[in-house]
Amino acid sequence: MALMTCQEAALAALAHEMQEDPTIWALGEDLGRGGVFGQYRGLQQRFGAERIVDTPISEATIMGAAVGAAMMGTRPVVEMRIADFALCAVDELVNQAAKARFMFGGQAKVPLVARHPMGTWKNLAAQHSQSLEAWWVHVPGLVVAAPATPADCAGLLKSSIRCDDPVVLLEHKDLWTYAAEVDEALPPVPLGVAECARDGRDLTLVTWSAARHLALAAADAAAATGIEVEVLDLRTLWPWDRGAVLGSVSRTRRLLVLHEAVQVAGFGAEIAATVAETLGSILAAPVRRLGAPRVPIAYAPPLEAVYRIDQGRVLATIQGLVRG
Amino acid sequence: MSEATVQPTGPVLEGANDAMLARLIAHQRTMARIRAFEEAAAEAAAAGEVLGLVHPSIGQEAVAAGVCANLERHDLVTSTHRGHGHTLAKGADLAATMAELFGKASGFCKGKGGSMHIADFSVGMLGANGVVAAGIPIAVGAAQALKLRRLPGVAVTFFGDGATNRGPFFESLNWAALFRLPVLFVCEDNGFGSTTRNEAVSAGPGPAARAEACGVPARTVDGSDVAAVDEAAAALLAEIRASGSPRLLHARTHRFLGHTSIDAQGYRSADELAACRKSDPIAFNAARLRALGCADAEISAIAAAAGGEVAAAVAAARAAPHAPSHEAFADIQDIGGGLWR
Ligand SMILES: Cc1ncc(C[n+]2csc(CCOP(=O)(O)OP(=O)(O)O)c2C)c(N)n1
Repeated sequence: MALMTCQEAALAALAHEMQEDPTIWALGEDLGRGGVFGQYRGLQQRFGAERIVDTPISEATIMGAAVGAAMMGTRPVVEMRIADFALCAVDELVNQAAKARFMFGGQAKVPLVARHPMGTWKNLAAQHSQSLEAWWVHVPGLVVAAPATPADCAGLLKSSIRCDDPVVLLEHKDLWTYAAEVDEALPPVPLGVAECARDGRDLTLVTWSAARHLALAAADAAAATGIEVEVLDLRTLWPWDRGAVLGSVSRTRRLLVLHEAVQVAGFGAEIAATVAETLGSILAAPVRRLGAPRVPIAYAPPLEAVYRIDQGRVLATIQGLVRG
Repeated sequence: MSEATVQPTGPVLEGANDAMLARLIAHQRTMARIRAFEEAAAEAAAAGEVLGLVHPSIGQEAVAAGVCANLERHDLVTSTHRGHGHTLAKGADLAATMAELFGKASGFCKGKGGSMHIADFSVGMLGANGVVAAGIPIAVGAAQALKLRRLPGVAVTFFGDGATNRGPFFESLNWAALFRLPVLFVCEDNGFGSTTRNEAVSAGPGPAARAEACGVPARTVDGSDVAAVDEAAAALLAEIRASGSPRLLHARTHRFLGHTSIDAQGYRSADELAACRKSDPIAFNAARLRALGCADAEISAIAAAAGGEVAAAVAAARAAPHAPSHEAFADIQDIGGGLWR
């Protein structure tokens, strides 16, 4: 075991994959200097400028070229720098990468990974802070993952690279420096499998990405008041681990979904609806969601705070669900 | 002649007269205000009073000053992440600009935007932008609206060299030429896109040639020489106002600081930085003013006045209140805005 940050773990995982498979390459802005978050540090020196490609500021072509290169036998790792800039390449991701295999009757696959550094961080305001995972989950053809720990950042990156489908990998900007113990081998983490981050009998809290840490803190606080919360980190949003969620809620009979993204039409709605449809008759309380209000993310801290969910609200919601 | 660089004419301008001197003094004042503003902003960022990312244009002030000196209040500007200079040069109130950086209610955007989203529509400053090249088509559309509404004015769009590799730049050139729109494209070429040298990621002879390929006449100037920028912008804007069709100004300039105020620029050598600091637009114009007979005291008074104005703006911004949190739910949309669920 070793202590690693998400950045270190993801960097090591990418280096490992590139060492093993010469068809893997990465493209994006400022990668030669290590990428904005250091997640490519040293890789251009090690693998050369043909495999760690410094691109122009040309998001549409970064993604579009990756689609072509993926169809022609390589495995591009596409760096979008900040998730919000991926919106400059939506056609290439949604109409091209996601649909090529189907439209062309299975003649080609598009094995690329689009890395989207997401979420609020350092008061970057409305155009640099969004969590848009629900957009990508909505698109048939895409796999969507959102890790929250160093082990998962590495393990899901490895699995995403090895996957033959286009994968949107949402890496939370606030977690790059988050450190935890990892197995030094950084084993791949299977796509589509949730992790039970905490056992509990009273309520199932489903979450992903940075909200996992908020959920665990709130669960600790709830434990101090005698409520045992089971925290499920979904890790992959499509395909999502229905079995794990339904299994847990069948035991606890209560569901709370927590995510950083806007609550309206967020991915939490899908989970809540599925649980209500499947287990509605045994639930001890109505399903609940906690997400951000439907507001753009403001710059000034007191205004940005409106968008954020704090531990007190999570705890109060848990208590409301369990104690009625 | 896209690549014909207007050489700095040296400290002494041919045929200098009083009007020219007054104009150069005005440029000095504009540049000094931008410099003092950004030095204070970077300091406030280091102190944690200004959050997010601050992108100083220190070293590039002559472009904003020289271009905006030729604009009327009804002319329009779109800007970039590096937009304080454009904002101030277009006539936005300095104190309200600083208050926005401090995230306060008295800021132009009530603290919702911060440095990267500064805007003052009352003076035609239609916004900085967090997305590279995104301001370019917005300026083109603003010009289209002016034309449609038979209003006077031009739209000026400032953007970096890095932005010229994004599709919206090419598409906007074509569009503005096709629909004959009064747009001045101003490429502020500091040689860098973030930490990457632009030459390492750009093919061909540059932004002026790209413009000309779309039928947009272009000129390249020394962007560290405010008089050269002023002269070229004046000529291009006169052509735009007369013809109603677009032009591009390519200004070669230097970014003295890092990409952001916290970027230590490890990718540039000390020699390179020292060399680029030699073309300080403010020092260059000061030398020219001195050669034209302006007293040292007058020149230093300009810097001192700017410093005083900025210090007062910082003090006011520091003391100002944040907007109340319900402001986070306001100004989203008319119908259904700011609802929790
Ligand atoms: C579409 C998009 N891609 C990437 C970025 C990140 N980014 C911000 S500024 C910048 C460099 C821009 O270079 P340039 O246009 O030359 O302007 P300069 O910073 O030199 O003023 C980059 C890559 C962004 N904001 N938007």
